[in-house]
Amino acid sequence: MGRVYLDNNATTPVLPEVLEAMRPYFAERFGNASSIHSHGQQTRGAVERARESVAALIGARASEIVFTSGGTEADNLAVFGVAGHARAGVIGNGDHIITSTIEHHAVLNACRRLESQGCAVTYVPVDASGVVDPEDVRRALRSSTRLISIMMANNETGMVQPVGEIGSIAREADVYFHTDAVQAAGKIRVRVDEVGCDLLTLSAHKLHGPQGVGALYVRKGTELEAQMHGGRHERSRRAGTENVPGIVGLGAAAELARAGLERGDDLKMAALRDRLEGELLAIEACGVNGVGTHTSQTARCVGRPHGSDKNDRSLENLKGSGLPLRVPNTSNIYFEGIDGEALVIALDLKGLAVSTGAACSSGAIEPSHVLMAMGMTAERARGSIRFSLGKMNSAEDVEFALAVVPETVARLRELSPVWRGAASLEPRAAS
Amino acid sequence: MLGSFDSAGLASLRMTVWFLGDGALVSETIAVAMSGGVDSSTVAAMLRAEGHNVIGLTMQLWNQRRLAGHEGMPESVNHPSKPKAGSLGAPTTGRCCSLDDVYDARRVAETIGIPYYVVNHEERFEREVVRPFVEEYLAGRTPIPCSLCNNHLKFDQLLIVARQIGAERIATGHYAQVAFDDAGGRWLLKRPVDRSKDQTYFLFGLTQEQLARTLFPLGGMTKPEVRELARTYNLVIAEKPDSQEICFVPGGDYKKFLDAYLAEQGAEARLDVGGEMVTTDGAVIGEHAGVHNFTVGQRKGLGVATGSPLYVIQINNDTRQVVVGRDEELYTRTLRARRVNLISVAAIDGPMRVGVKIRHKHAPAAAVIESAGPDEVVVTFDEAQRAVTPGQAAVFYDGDVVVGGGWIE
Repeated sequence: MGRVYLDNNATTPVLPEVLEAMRPYFAERFGNASSIHSHGQQTRGAVERARESVAALIGARASEIVFTSGGTEADNLAVFGVAGHARAGVIGNGDHIITSTIEHHAVLNACRRLESQGCAVTYVPVDASGVVDPEDVRRALRSSTRLISIMMANNETGMVQPVGEIGSIAREADVYFHTDAVQAAGKIRVRVDEVGCDLLTLSAHKLHGPQGVGALYVRKGTELEAQMHGGRHERSRRAGTENVPGIVGLGAAAELARAGLERGDDLKMAALRDRLEGELLAIEACGVNGVGTHTSQTARCVGRPHGSDKNDRSLENLKGSGLPLRVPNTSNIYFEGIDGEALVIALDLKGLAVSTGAACSSGAIEPSHVLMAMGMTAERARGSIRFSLGKMNSAEDVEFALAVVPETVARLRELSPVWRGAASLEPRAAS
Repeated sequence: MLGSFDSAGLASLRMTVWFLGDGALVSETIAVAMSGGVDSSTVAAMLRAEGHNVIGLTMQLWNQRRLAGHEGMPESVNHPSKPKAGSLGAPTTGRCCSLDDVYDARRVAETIGIPYYVVNHEERFEREVVRPFVEEYLAGRTPIPCSLCNNHLKFDQLLIVARQIGAERIATGHYAQVAFDDAGGRWLLKRPVDRSKDQTYFLFGLTQEQLARTLFPLGGMTKPEVRELARTYNLVIAEKPDSQEICFVPGGDYKKFLDAYLAEQGAEARLDVGGEMVTTDGAVIGEHAGVHNFTVGQRKGLGVATGSPLYVIQINNDTRQVVVGRDEELYTRTLRARRVNLISVAAIDGPMRVGVKIRHKHAPAAAVIESAGPDEVVVTFDEAQRAVTPGQAAVFYDGDVVVGGGWIE
């Protein structure tokens, strides 16, 4: 049985070039990057080259990149490192944080933890298409606000958040702004100065790098308290011997992602996604969570457009459209009358890997907090499936999905205790 | 439910029933309800070894951490609490859906090489099992959540999911047997070979459609044989202790569970269920804090001191009275069962001689059952039975065959 993988927002396969780049650092080039001798110098050089590659992907300086064990650690370092910053030895101390209801749990649960330690947290809502209103962020500001943390693109819907506007608001209010760009990097153009963020999270395995490594961009001058204590690694911002093979892999993946975006890989990806989504929408009683399929609504970048930037081919098209934007690889679709959990299992048994919601610790699926935050009923949230494409996906993969999904949805509906048939449903709202 | 009842369709299912050992095996896709215990793990391994396409499914039914910290509930349930003196170190906390069990089931699935999934039915479990469990106690009855779970979750929702993902049948680790009766044209539920593990009492609610789609591969084996087989298959759980208690009630203390659940649901959900304790003569001899603290036949914890031992004879939900009396007053000859499900027969026409179990650990007692309404049956025992308990099930047996059963009024 062939297997088709359309769950690239969960993780992506390591590209062959990335694996090749990493390979020597498992054995022959094994030195500790902190060592004085030539073994150490060799790996130190590799780590610093990777740092430059990561910085280049987001328009930052190499010295502003801190390597971590992944996106979750980077998010935690940002939230606790800034908002949990010890003031007179008291953590929290009434500091205020603004975040959103659709953040990844790495941010949400870090904020909840600080809440339990005396911080105040505002969770700004999203609209029905899953987008934060920057004015809600502005209204939530207090004199005690220390951090704003709003993700760049949502993992479940792919909806791009107005981080450029939020960056301006943060700048005006002189509040630190962190954005989790794990689902944006490599899919759309990311420039820290256009976003105006002080902290930005990256994860290697979401952009065809290895699992277990990520990075936090920390704008020069940002007061950040280390959360991991030990040696003076990463300029004393993250102690622990560097994961050299992982970091090299992240660097290689960042290089490839940057080159891919310059080549227009994102447009190809969007075309595949739009083909998939367009055909799936022919199934009765289904629809897109977020914005509907339309190439002009696919994001290529975020932030304040810089007219001088000649590389921004798409910016003119996007400016003033007022449309919410979505990353080019994600399609979140609900099917009335089915249980998304059963659909994911049935599709997996047929060789198609997709996902729904977020898995809890047992591996069972809980109704997605993101879809619920968009005002959906639990029933619709449970009937939703996420398709997410990656660089390895071909047109054949999309055709395979289009061959198995409609028949599987039909089978599930046939046996569903809640499916009443399309006749009893209201006409599908234009999305 | 599972679509319209179609006897022709059920008969055709029978044609694909596997044939054990005679070489005519039909390979089919079967979903195994895996709990992480020895029985269901062995079932999965057996079916896999026989060449079937096996899919492992575990139902996530209850979040064990949900009530943690509420009024006497353990703070942590993933670690067994301190073993009681004299115990063999068996887990004393509730084990339902514990991460350890899911881990075990997943390891077994990996060992035997089958796909494995956890499906979330927490919401339905709370609606169909936990709330009725709480309400029954508050109404002075003594519920059996396992039967509700079988009727509403395992053989209903899980079977739907199984069929949706391509398995026309489910197999479980229950000790029971299913057979098709050619003469009567009905699916039968029968007691297992290992009588000490007989679980048919909890399965009386199964419909013909459900039975047609269910396999109980352990029905012909004894527990020691199952353990031996688990060892043969090198299953990591081969030596895991059996679980006995109600899965979502940590340590088996249902009163603490009720208190914690009601506290979590908010004060308005806490009903005033206290009242008088009276003797069978009507004399008030004390007060009690709630009818849910009592079960018919209970002797300990009545909170009244008298010369001779007293037992709970009856719980009167309308007046909140707990009636106590002497042991001999506990015996009754008749009971009425409601919401009856019939298995081996389509209807009870006239008096029928059967054996009746009124609790799980009870030898079937000789009785006559008679229809008393659309789904009601009156049971008349040959000899009066002790402590007939409202909320428990009365299950009717014709030898090894389960005739049907209902809920004691």
